[in-house]
Amino acid sequence: MKAIHASSKPYMEFNQKKKIKWDKLVPFLFISPWVFGFLAFTLGPLLFSLVISFFDWPVVGEAKFVGIANYKTMFTDDPLFWKSLWVTVKFAAFFVPLNIITALVLALLLNQNVKGHSFFRTFFYLPSVISGVALAMIWAWVFNGEYGILNYFLSLAGIQGPDWLNDMSWALVAMVIASLWGQGQMMLIFLAGLKGISKEMYEAASIDGANKVTQFFKITMPLLTPTILFNLITTIISAFQQLTLALLLTGGGPLNSTYFYAMYVYENAFKYFKMGYSSANAWFMFLIVLGLSLLVFKSSSAWVYYEGEVKKKK
Amino acid sequence: MKTKSRVHKTFIYALLILFSLLFLAPLFWMVTTSLKGPDELYQFPPKWIPSVFHFENFKNAWISQPFTQFLMNSVTVTVLATLGQVVSSSLVAYGFARFTFKGRDFLFVVLLATMMIPWEVTMIPLYMEFNFLGWINTLKPLIVPAWFGGPFFIFLLRQFIMGIPKELDEAARIDGANAFQIFYKIYLPLMKPPLILVTVFSFLSCWNDYLGPLVFLNDQSKYTLTLGLAQFKGMFGVDMEGIMAITFLICLPPLVLFFVAQRYIMEDVSKSGVKG
Repeated sequence: MKAIHASSKPYMEFNQKKKIKWDKLVPFLFISPWVFGFLAFTLGPLLFSLVISFFDWPVVGEAKFVGIANYKTMFTDDPLFWKSLWVTVKFAAFFVPLNIITALVLALLLNQNVKGHSFFRTFFYLPSVISGVALAMIWAWVFNGEYGILNYFLSLAGIQGPDWLNDMSWALVAMVIASLWGQGQMMLIFLAGLKGISKEMYEAASIDGANKVTQFFKITMPLLTPTILFNLITTIISAFQQLTLALLLTGGGPLNSTYFYAMYVYENAFKYFKMGYSSANAWFMFLIVLGLSLLVFKSSSAWVYYEGEVKKKK
Repeated sequence: MKTKSRVHKTFIYALLILFSLLFLAPLFWMVTTSLKGPDELYQFPPKWIPSVFHFENFKNAWISQPFTQFLMNSVTVTVLATLGQVVSSSLVAYGFARFTFKGRDFLFVVLLATMMIPWEVTMIPLYMEFNFLGWINTLKPLIVPAWFGGPFFIFLLRQFIMGIPKELDEAARIDGANAFQIFYKIYLPLMKPPLILVTVFSFLSCWNDYLGPLVFLNDQSKYTLTLGLAQFKGMFGVDMEGIMAITFLICLPPLVLFFVAQRYIMEDVSKSGVKG
């Protein structure tokens, strides 16, 4: 008996040690797929992209280090760079606020305790599950100058609609309209934000004699600002990555009026095979998006209202 | 007072109906166009309901291109990538939610930050990487990365796991279960609602993806449905009813899936979105 005990003790100790090591390893085993994927498909490519942005890197032939020449060319010697940047900024300037307003208005309407609101919610969300390609196909036909339904509706109001996608001044507007169709996700997030506002707050306000309009501006809007911040940043990011619609609806035309920055990056890479230059373009866009998000985030202390902070002040 | 609220209600209904019509009109226009004959296709004012339903439009468009092959490719990519996404994301989410280890919070912030990276930045190196591996013009670039977890899905699942009381696994640990058994036997069954959500969203993003196939595939035999449709549109002599028929067919699986999983999408994702 004693002998067995003696021999099993060191074994136990060994086992314990092994167990502790094993325990330390377990969490890493769980997250290892992501760590590996992050290194191989995100961090690696990200750094490599930065490196090749300093090279003249054709698909065939030698890569040549050129320093900041790609960035210099971009700013000083490439009208398409400025053109595409301007198109994207214009698109974002319309799309970002309109997208948020549309989603917010729809969410507010759905939040009014109406009968059948789940049907309406489904209708508004439905377009967001559809592929960008399908969306482009449908809207190309809707926007058709001669036979499209949009111009048919306009003709009912006595308006002669333009040939949307082939008209320099309307093609970008058409893009904004088609993009707004897929706002469903944002609407759902607003809806959840609205549901999170407690009913007591409104009850207390109406006892104090506040009418609906005052309630909206003094309760609903302030409490919704964190949600607006979240949606604002996501929309800005998505506006700068818009490509599918441009490729399939207009191909960037007419006369580059819908030549988005993402399309510029894409074509430099896969049409003109300027890998280094295109990487420089992409990094510049990355910095813009980061800068804008940071700016919005910084500004948020001025307009975003967090309930927790007020409680602290009390 | 009562009439005022009635006017108010009517106004809200009117707006809801108006917006519904605006959102549904393009879909209806797609369906009705896909069923039209050549004589009614180009008519102004447009005809809302075709006088004869030309169901043969679907068959004609489908066989005019190797759409069956495209469908097989789309199904392969969607099924394998979604499976990978569910398996890997749930494992990683569990790792982040249930263990404390050095650098965990930092890594999680990094994970969230990767969602901000525009795909344009990594597109070229990824192309080169897949080219080096000999994966260009195969379905692998569209499937393999999904097996390493998606940041948004990991985030979603982690939030859910954090809400499960920890006492559960302590009890199981006393019974002698190891970490993987606890994950597999206790957590996985509990995670059904968010896992359904991940499945649906992964399905949608794979099925609807256009840029991935566009960059990584060359031969027509490798095309997915979205790529096939885009090419179909650019062809000479292809009529609108055929394009709309294929578009309708491509929209069908996402729409059906949406109706089946509606409950989960409407309630769960919106909640997690706000937390983000």
